Amino acid sequence: MKILVCVSNVPDTTTKVSFNSDNTQFNTGGVQYILNPYDEIALARAIELTEGGKGTVTIIHVGEIGSEPTIRKALAIGADDAVRINSTPRDAYFVSAQIADYARDKGFDIILTGRESIDYNGSQVASMIGEFMDIPSISIIKKLDIDGNQASLVREIEGGKEMLTVNFPFTASCAEGVAEPKIPNMRGIMSARTKPLEVIEASGIEKLLDFKSYSIPAPRGSVTMLGADETEKLVDLLHTKSKVI
Amino acid sequence: MSVLVYVENAEGKFKKSIFEVVSYAAAIAEQLKTELIAISIGKVGQDDLTGLGKYGASKVLNVSNDNLKSFVNQAYASIIADAAKKENSTVIVLSNSFSGKGLAPRVAVKLKAGLADSAVDLPEIENDKFLIKKTAFSGKAFAMVELVSAIKVITLNPNSYQVKESGTVGKIEDFAPEFKESDFRTMVTDIVRASDKIALPDAELVVSAGRGMKGPENWGMIEELATVLGAATACSKPVSDAGWRPHEEHVGQTGIAVSPNLYIAIGISGAIQHLAGVSSSKTIVVINKDPEAPFFKVADYGIVGDAFEVVPKLTEAIKAYKSNS
Repeated sequence: MKILVCVSNVPDTTTKVSFNSDNTQFNTGGVQYILNPYDEIALARAIELTEGGKGTVTIIHVGEIGSEPTIRKALAIGADDAVRINSTPRDAYFVSAQIADYARDKGFDIILTGRESIDYNGSQVASMIGEFMDIPSISIIKKLDIDGNQASLVREIEGGKEMLTVNFPFTASCAEGVAEPKIPNMRGIMSARTKPLEVIEASGIEKLLDFKSYSIPAPRGSVTMLGADETEKLVDLLHTKSKVI
Repeated sequence: MSVLVYVENAEGKFKKSIFEVVSYAAAIAEQLKTELIAISIGKVGQDDLTGLGKYGASKVLNVSNDNLKSFVNQAYASIIADAAKKENSTVIVLSNSFSGKGLAPRVAVKLKAGLADSAVDLPEIENDKFLIKKTAFSGKAFAMVELVSAIKVITLNPNSYQVKESGTVGKIEDFAPEFKESDFRTMVTDIVRASDKIALPDAELVVSAGRGMKGPENWGMIEELATVLGAATACSKPVSDAGWRPHEEHVGQTGIAVSPNLYIAIGISGAIQHLAGVSSSKTIVVINKDPEAPFFKVADYGIVGDAFEVVPKLTEAIKAYKSNS
């Protein structure tokens, strides 16, 4: 079984988000970058499924050389090898097209992503790779089990869940529940340094969209503090002032 | 030219988020001075389909086929793209639901369309420019995305656009696109819905609780408050990590982002990761015994007090309000 795990390099979850003076660029100064938390879930499941010689896990990342520590982390967690497509990850369409171009003739059985990256939150890459490669894609899965060349999955739906089956090959985006993220051990960290990391150049992809500017949500007005015995007053305010009940 | 909106049904019925997305698409059609066409896949009653006219859909393409009784991502995406071609649609709108997240990217690739996901407002359209505001950095920011492609795909976040009735009379047209066998490679084996619970992603009212509840055995009062209010229940990350509550209730940067009218946070301190997921809530109430809890800084109303005393009182107060109104 050959599994490809797509990873992105994102600002740490504790980052206070800010932008440059004309609000066209994210301020990267002082920002710690990490392996996208959802991608860690996908990677952990890929490793579980291939453990004991049952298969291999390849990492793929579209990004510049600065994101190599994140790729090495994925290798330290237990992936076998990695590919970096050397380019700025412009948008999901661009990233997916690059990954699909690479993966098309490699015979991967499963291609996994996280449910979304925590910076742009598009939740698009797994589906787009599926479409570019003309293979099924299942979004936001909570469970992934393999039996032969068939997978059974659980997908989240509003107020419930859907169970489904699919044969190899397919793509899926992983959410919490699929696996517990793994922490790299010392042996993993040491071996990651020498695991293969291939760098390939990106192919030209047409531009369909442009991120023009950013803004921060407007701050709320000041908080109205109430006493612990003023729950009736709270209900009244929610009804008459905020008009939400 | 036209605007196309995909109207997803849940067990044959449309939910409020679908009326929102139809109203939103109708407003875009008006901006572009064109008509709005809806596409429905699966079995939905005639009255429900023509009822979409009320929100501005002048025509509903109805795809009803035994092979499509349950959701097949690839096949549904092909049908939506075929409908867009047939109707010469330049803008395609979907709800940013779990299924919408799976469909929109495939539709966008099929049509070589730029995709703006998680839209929170109508596009700004000026001459050739088409800009959309979307959430970014897990709710910590917004981004303005310009779609430069000829065809544009948009997914709208739930609770981001008000339902508007425009009183168009909708007509139904059966649509029977050709199917590719290769589009049917996933098979749904079962669906489980918690019918007595309100789904969190599109809930208007949310009661959320954190570690301050001390243990899963104390969630009865949270659920009671939610039931009395008609709210969905949610929780913070430490609570779902500890297995006190299921993962799908986890709100925050690595959980789900919600935008309800009312978010009541009980015993949640308000870490930056949690705040990211609730920042677009219209009204936030925080109940916490620690007056220094950072959550109070972003709240509209705050009560410093012990959840075990305040929550039952709040439940009683809401019961009293409901019985008087």
